[in-house]
Amino acid sequence: MADTQRFEFLLRLGDSDLVLAQRLGEWVGKGPILEEDIALANVGLDLLGQARMWLTYAGEVEGAGRDEDALAYRRDVHQFRNALLCEQPNGNYADTTARQFLYDHWHVLMLRALGRSSDERIAAIAAKAAKEVDYHVERSTDWVIRLGDGTDISHERMQAAIDASWPYAGELFVADAVDEAMARDGVAPDLAALAAPWRAAVTAALADATLVVPTDDWAQRGGRQGKHTEHLGHLLTEMQFLQRAYPDARW
Amino acid sequence: MSGSRLADAWSALASVPDPEIPVLSIIDLGIVRSVARDGDSVAVTVTPTYSGCPATELISTSIRESLARAGFPGARIDIVLSPAWSTDWIGEEGKRRLREFGIAPPGSAVRGTSSIDVRGISPLRRTGAVVPCPRCASHRTRLTAQFGSTACKALYRCDDCLEPFDYFKPH
Repeated sequence: MADTQRFEFLLRLGDSDLVLAQRLGEWVGKGPILEEDIALANVGLDLLGQARMWLTYAGEVEGAGRDEDALAYRRDVHQFRNALLCEQPNGNYADTTARQFLYDHWHVLMLRALGRSSDERIAAIAAKAAKEVDYHVERSTDWVIRLGDGTDISHERMQAAIDASWPYAGELFVADAVDEAMARDGVAPDLAALAAPWRAAVTAALADATLVVPTDDWAQRGGRQGKHTEHLGHLLTEMQFLQRAYPDARW
Repeated sequence: MSGSRLADAWSALASVPDPEIPVLSIIDLGIVRSVARDGDSVAVTVTPTYSGCPATELISTSIRESLARAGFPGARIDIVLSPAWSTDWIGEEGKRRLREFGIAPPGSAVRGTSSIDVRGISPLRRTGAVVPCPRCASHRTRLTAQFGSTACKALYRCDDCLEPFDYFKPH
């Protein structure tokens, strides 16, 4: 039973990174400026590398012979456990930035806490990933401030993007039976305890950005349990196309 | 296996360059953690730099090839994640070569939990860390982008010699 729950928990970590990496990859060649095109690809690459480590470990814990590729390419929408925030479409640049900003601030807190996990493998992956995500936080926060405290148009779009992404962030702090079991075993932190430091960091940055913190905290939920928005299926059709059309194709 | 055989293995590894930054060997980069005897060959323990670094697999292949040429066929490579690789493991010689190559070497990676040693784009968040220009040594430099040609580098420009340059980020 414990292994089933640990498998589920690892899928949640890996799938969120994988799906967001795929979203960021969609920007390649279309970034608003060359430097950002490169930055998005690099952030996506970090997340993809982290997803590979989480999913590899998930496959080992499951013990059914599935490796990272089997988990990434041979599961359908309802078997993915990523947060809803990560699958939201790229939209305009403010939308992509808001999604990244809200996720990065949660991600770094989560990874720092997982760095103290009773599961040594999880602690090692998290300690490594946290060093990378420090730079993601720095970058997305800079852009929220730059766009929020920019022109009238960039301010308006950044505020609209924060408002639109906000309902998808709440899910990250809501624990279910899997999260509670992980917290009890010292594998993972109590998700609710991450909410206060997350809110403090996000609120401070939004103040610098001259943006307003949304007041309605009603949260969309379900991604981490396999209930997704319509967007994930479309993302997977592209991400999984090659392995679906040509099973076991290799370089 | 004698100590000198192990020394041969280390020198073979010192000839393996980082594919992205060829002035640095994997020894300079600090990713080789240990070399031990393993039957008639050796086992090399390597720690990856960035999780998504596309050079990782190429480095493993190069290690095997270089060791085979030095008389260690079928060397084993063990990947360890912990402790996580840090740019503090790049030695002074490596830093000097980076500078000569036109890449500003990393500052100390020891930092607080939230302040990063790379200046933010927004003036509100600048921490004031100075990254000297590798070309003219000027301290009047500024960040152009947090990510440069690879994930491990940021893009800077120098306001004196007006050249853009890469900064190997503290990690």
